[in-house]
Amino acid sequence: MLRERIQASNYSFLDKLKSIDYLLILLIIAIGSISVFAIYSTEGGKFSFYTKNHIIRLSVFFSLFLVLSFVRVSTWYKNAYLFYFVGLLLLITVLFFGISASGATRWINLYFLNLQPSELMKIAVIICFARYYHRIQSSDIQSIKFLIQPIILLIIPCYLVIQQPDLGTSILIAGSGIAIIWLAGLNIKYFVYSGLLLLVSLPFAISILKPYQKSRILTFFNPDRDPLGAGYQIIQSKIAIGSGGFFGKGYLKGTQSYLEFLPEKHTDFIFTLFSEEFGFLGSIILLFLYILLIYRIINVGLVSRSFFAKLYCFGFATAIFLYVFVNIAMVLGMLPIVGAPLPIMSYGGSSLLSIMLGLSIVMSCKIYNQEQISVY
Amino acid sequence: MLNRGRNIEKGRVITRRMFILAAAKILLFAGISSRLYNLQISDREKYEILSDKNRIREWKTPPQRGIIVDNFNKVLASNDRVFQLHLILDEINDFDVTIFKIKNLIGLDQFQVKKLYKKKERLKPWDTLVISDNLTWEQFSKINLYLHELEGAKPVLSTSRFYPYANDLVHIVGYVGDASPQDLEKPEIKENFVPGLKVGKYGIENSQEKMLIGNYGIKRYEVNASGKRISQIDYIKERQGNKVNLTIDIEIQKYAQELLKGKAGSICVMDIYTGEVVAMASSPTYDPNKFTHGINQKDWKEIRNNPLKPLINKSIAGLYSPGSTFKPLVALAALEYGILDPNKTIRCKGHKHPYELYGVKYHCWKKEGHGYMKLRNAIKQSCDIYFYEMARLLGVDKLSIIAKRYGLGTNVLGDLYNDEKKGLVPDTKWKRRALEQSWYLGETVINGIGQGYIQTTPLQLCLMTAQIANGGYKIKPHIIKDDSINYKDIINKIKLDQSNFPLHERNYLDDINVEYYQRMYHKKSNINFVLDAMFGSTNEQYGTSYKSRYDNPKYQFAGKTGTSQVRRITDLDRELDLDTEQIEYKKRDHALYVAFAPYKNPRYAMSVIIEHGGSGSKAAAPLASKLIKRIIDRHKLREQFNNSNTNLA
Repeated sequence: MLRERIQASNYSFLDKLKSIDYLLILLIIAIGSISVFAIYSTEGGKFSFYTKNHIIRLSVFFSLFLVLSFVRVSTWYKNAYLFYFVGLLLLITVLFFGISASGATRWINLYFLNLQPSELMKIAVIICFARYYHRIQSSDIQSIKFLIQPIILLIIPCYLVIQQPDLGTSILIAGSGIAIIWLAGLNIKYFVYSGLLLLVSLPFAISILKPYQKSRILTFFNPDRDPLGAGYQIIQSKIAIGSGGFFGKGYLKGTQSYLEFLPEKHTDFIFTLFSEEFGFLGSIILLFLYILLIYRIINVGLVSRSFFAKLYCFGFATAIFLYVFVNIAMVLGMLPIVGAPLPIMSYGGSSLLSIMLGLSIVMSCKIYNQEQISVY
Repeated sequence: MLNRGRNIEKGRVITRRMFILAAAKILLFAGISSRLYNLQISDREKYEILSDKNRIREWKTPPQRGIIVDNFNKVLASNDRVFQLHLILDEINDFDVTIFKIKNLIGLDQFQVKKLYKKKERLKPWDTLVISDNLTWEQFSKINLYLHELEGAKPVLSTSRFYPYANDLVHIVGYVGDASPQDLEKPEIKENFVPGLKVGKYGIENSQEKMLIGNYGIKRYEVNASGKRISQIDYIKERQGNKVNLTIDIEIQKYAQELLKGKAGSICVMDIYTGEVVAMASSPTYDPNKFTHGINQKDWKEIRNNPLKPLINKSIAGLYSPGSTFKPLVALAALEYGILDPNKTIRCKGHKHPYELYGVKYHCWKKEGHGYMKLRNAIKQSCDIYFYEMARLLGVDKLSIIAKRYGLGTNVLGDLYNDEKKGLVPDTKWKRRALEQSWYLGETVINGIGQGYIQTTPLQLCLMTAQIANGGYKIKPHIIKDDSINYKDIINKIKLDQSNFPLHERNYLDDINVEYYQRMYHKKSNINFVLDAMFGSTNEQYGTSYKSRYDNPKYQFAGKTGTSQVRRITDLDRELDLDTEQIEYKKRDHALYVAFAPYKNPRYAMSVIIEHGGSGSKAAAPLASKLIKRIIDRHKLREQFNNSNTNLA
């Protein structure tokens, strides 16, 4: 054990390069490239603002990812709580100094980037919980005493994000946190009970929703309720995807998007555009790329020795899955419209930054997969 | 070691839980895939249609209306170039400013501006607002000069309906106007309508809508979400409506209309063999061109309030007692039924000794009386007493059969005009049904001189005359050329037929309906007798229209005057015996005249009615005389033109 510990802390650079997951990097590059083409298409085939910005961000954040991949996983472990509290601090800052757009206050102006702390919080919760459950004995996991702490840690950011208001991100944060609690081994009955509790309190929850959120949910159940208002996005998105057919309308030929029937086409509805132009075939390929990405992340968890790395990787994989699933299910009309970007594909700095950050931690888990992290 | 064991256990839990999660993920991804499959493969067609509906918008282009021509292919209703100003709404930033500028440029008044705002509210944001569909050249050039300052303004060269003979034809051709909601329910309009298209409101324009309207074109554009046109995808050209060829001779129509100027009345002219309506004038008249772009209040009021009622097409919608013009038919009926020997003599003793029936007195129009009369003289001099007696012997029911057979009491032009009146040919059954009263013999008596319940339209009288003049053959009156009928054959057949053997078919004299171009008479000699009497009426001394005669056999015609009372004549009236001019306009008699020409080898029949014109011989017959000359002068031309056309066909 001691030998291993020494070994782990003394990786040579060559070793590190050797243990990089190149397939994961390839997948990131693949999805990143697709996203560039998709964003280029949203601008009607013109190389302008969004495309340019997206390429710059992709390259900057990808470089950041490469650099941060070499940070020791133990360093991430040590700073996990710090990460969480910085994120929380930023969320509180948004509360006071945030900038608003279309009725929501979600961003902090950092001059080079309008940072959306809630996006960072998605990662922060995972890393924080991974650390928390890393050191908890399996015998203690079931005790209420050790459950209260993570619940509080989860409720605070979720509440802050809901206040912005941003129901989608809040749900995704909660989802990632709950996923880690699940992975840590909390007894199934807790999940069943809280699920039931949620169901019972649903009417109450709906009553405190903002009117626009309510209308989105109502619209989800019946998009034709208001085809030019709240239902417009769902209807138009379904039309775009459905009319794409098997092979799609062809690149830059998506009539729904270039004739501007699609709203938010470069952010939340990027999949719609992609699916309209590349059809069922393209959509399935993209979906497959995401599945591969998730698989590779899980794989890193599997080969990692520390619980922290395992919990983090599995948690992050679940988070990525949730983002992809919620986004696509939303544009397909299977879930209500909640603001949820598609990882890497959607235009948006904060989302991209947090995904890249999260991936870099995964990569560091991979590089330092033999590193044993002390429980104390 | 215990710690290590626990750790192994913990690791196992994490991995197991991860696999459970992974299984859930796979399940959910499968859900997404199947949803994608549903949308993109199963329901693809549905969404493709929806997507095309989104991106493709159609603009309908209005068709040109078919033209209307007269017998000689002279254009009666054309499509003229007009200058219009359209406003493309989605190219305008500030509607108020643009309207203000346009208002000052072309001089719109407050009322028109208000109307435009109202119109705009009904339009979609990508629609076109028609500011004016008929600009003067001056306005149009002004707009073009300042076009750079008027955003969204589009000067358009378009076409609109134009009636070169304006007032002369309005009652026949009708006019067009904006489609009303009721118009839009008609299938022929519904199928071919384009916003802004004018549709027929009256007359041929209205009843021949199916022919005239044409088919709209379609321009398909790809549009974006805000409705802006991106590119043209498709253009199906519009098709102009078909030509409608009338049987009218515009020269005669014009002249008839001129003869009626300043009077209220009607002149109808018909070819006695073909049934072609050569002229159908109604007076007073109005200008249909005023309706094309919406008539203004002042003009409309003027037309509406004119006491001579220009809006009524008097030829087919004006109902008159036929008066003495009915007499030839009464005589014919009596002869056909064998009621009366034409040599029977009846004495007309004047107002001092009127005809009496059950204590009621019936006067002849002639104060001094006609003296001893035989039938021919009675027709010629229009002796009422003779006809009272003859009608009494004949009975109203027999008379009504013959009257109906010769075209009274039913629409002459079918359903071509929605305002055509049927008139009324009374009989005992009718009275019992309609008035729930029994028939009085006295009513038969006045029916014999075309007074009482009987009501006819001028065109019916014209048809009646035509069908007597052609020797008693049923014809099919029409005002739209019918190329399916070979008139040469029909004319020859009728002329050669003229058979004089009595028909013994059962119920022949009870039968009202006869097939077209078949004989309606029982004995040829009866027809000839009536025609000869009508000749006498016009061409022999003491005839009622002797003054209007022509001696030249080319123009010589035969006719029958009529004076129809609009009220009961009292004894006081008889005593006063006022001239027409001395009586209040509304109480004056209607003047009527029916005629056919030329007498030898006749070809045309006509009816003239002057409302409150006084006596038929003074007010109506002279007009007929003038017109007959014009008609006969043009006959050769018509014949040549029609023959050359049928040969071509």
